[in-house]
Amino acid sequence: MTTLLAIDWALFTEKLILIVIIVFASLGIALYMTYGERKVAGILQDRPGPNRAGPFGIFQPFADGLKLIMKEEIIPNTSNKALFVLGPGLAMTAALMTCAVVPWGDHLEIFGRKVALQIADINVGILYVFAVVSVGVYGIMIGGWASNNKFSLLAALRGASQAISYELAMGLSLIAVLMTTGTLQLGEIVKQQMAPGHLWNIAYQPLAFIIFLVCAFAECNRTPFDLPEAESELNQGYHQEYSSMKLGFYLFSEYINMFISSAIMSTLFFGGYDVPFLNESLLSPNVAALVGIIALMAKIVFFIFLFMWVRWTVPRFRYDQLMNLGWKKLVPLALANMLITGAVILLWFNK
Amino acid sequence: MQTLKSSPPSGDRGMQALTNRSKILERKPMTFLESIYLWNILKGMMITFSHIFKKQPTIHYPEQTRPFSPVFRGLHVLNRDEEGRERCTACGLCAVACPAEAITMEAAERLPGEENLYREEKYAARYEINMLRCIFCGLCEEACPKDAIYLSETFTPASFTRESFIYGKKDLLIPDPVTKPAEFAAAKGIKN
Repeated sequence: MTTLLAIDWALFTEKLILIVIIVFASLGIALYMTYGERKVAGILQDRPGPNRAGPFGIFQPFADGLKLIMKEEIIPNTSNKALFVLGPGLAMTAALMTCAVVPWGDHLEIFGRKVALQIADINVGILYVFAVVSVGVYGIMIGGWASNNKFSLLAALRGASQAISYELAMGLSLIAVLMTTGTLQLGEIVKQQMAPGHLWNIAYQPLAFIIFLVCAFAECNRTPFDLPEAESELNQGYHQEYSSMKLGFYLFSEYINMFISSAIMSTLFFGGYDVPFLNESLLSPNVAALVGIIALMAKIVFFIFLFMWVRWTVPRFRYDQLMNLGWKKLVPLALANMLITGAVILLWFNK
Repeated sequence: MQTLKSSPPSGDRGMQALTNRSKILERKPMTFLESIYLWNILKGMMITFSHIFKKQPTIHYPEQTRPFSPVFRGLHVLNRDEEGRERCTACGLCAVACPAEAITMEAAERLPGEENLYREEKYAARYEINMLRCIFCGLCEEACPKDAIYLSETFTPASFTRESFIYGKKDLLIPDPVTKPAEFAAAKGIKN
């Protein structure tokens, strides 16, 4: 009984500090992603983008945030007030919860203690991500429904059906990956890819990666699948009635989702914190961890840039095209990929 | 030269395109490569990527300004002569010429001892131009018999109130070339 109640206080503080750092880092990165998005949009369209607040406009996100906070908080008369407030909170919470299982680096050694740079290396890691991402849909659904507005409701319906359709293809594409890795644990998946003689998972499962990437775009409500917030047809989409920081939360959660899905893609397919052609075991653990974090961040930044690059290139899909692509193309493709992977494992690598 | 016969028929009315710039829209079913989208999306992304290296045509306004032509008709200036006297004699021809009715003035008689201030025996005690009405046509400039009003190469700065767009004599008069030569030179745009 005493062992059950004993709390490892060192582990507790270590995890708490890690959680605080990761949550604030995610928020900070999402903050600067809004700036990055506007800058990328500007540069791709031959204009300078925000450049007035501070040198190169680097204080722009703070100006935007301040503006959002200072705006009048409007809760519509006819809305369901409790759910109206719950919506953005749920979207934000779900977005932030995902970062618990991402391995941000190997481990640090502080005062002879091994500190893993991952909040929880649970054995159902990728399933947890899926579960939390599905909860994120409720943020959109509840927000759109509680607004009591036609456009918001339409957008919420679109968002929900889109997210559910693409989650399916995403999950199926991942099954093929999980068949090759044999584990759901994200830390373990990265360690496998780091092992000498083992390539990154993208080399074994390129098709799964493409399907996963397309679905990630849909899950994050990014162009070309930004139907829930299609400005030209639904005004603002599900967050039409929102103002002030509640709107900010919705916009912010979108960027955090993008950040997390970039991290998941890097982890699953691009070796996570692995630096190619570098044997990390030769370095001291702290240096290796630092190099690993930088490598992971570089991969994440690339994916974030990809998200933005596609957004400013491709126009939006029509709703029937979206459903066609999801159900008639991606799902069969993912199933076929799964089947082929299974067959190859069964015939060639049957142990 | 392209012969008219070889160009494709366009419509029932037999209208002939005058240039060969128009493109015939083809509505063929998508090929396999097109139907998987990804290749074309990649091509589009290469196009947008190439724009990173393009020169931006942006003029960063308060720091940089667009160069105006020498005949640009901008903000009005009430001129002085070489001795620094106001040229305007408040004849009202500019107000009559003004198609937007932007100009008003009140005339006053020059008193003895004011010969160094006003060139003519009558002068404009008040002279106002409403910059919100003004269409910057330059007809006032053409109408003026005394070369008193000119349109400069600057434009009206933005403001928050309507009243501030009614420019009086203190806004319009050019600085005195005798007592304030530096300001006069600056107003004229003469660089040292």
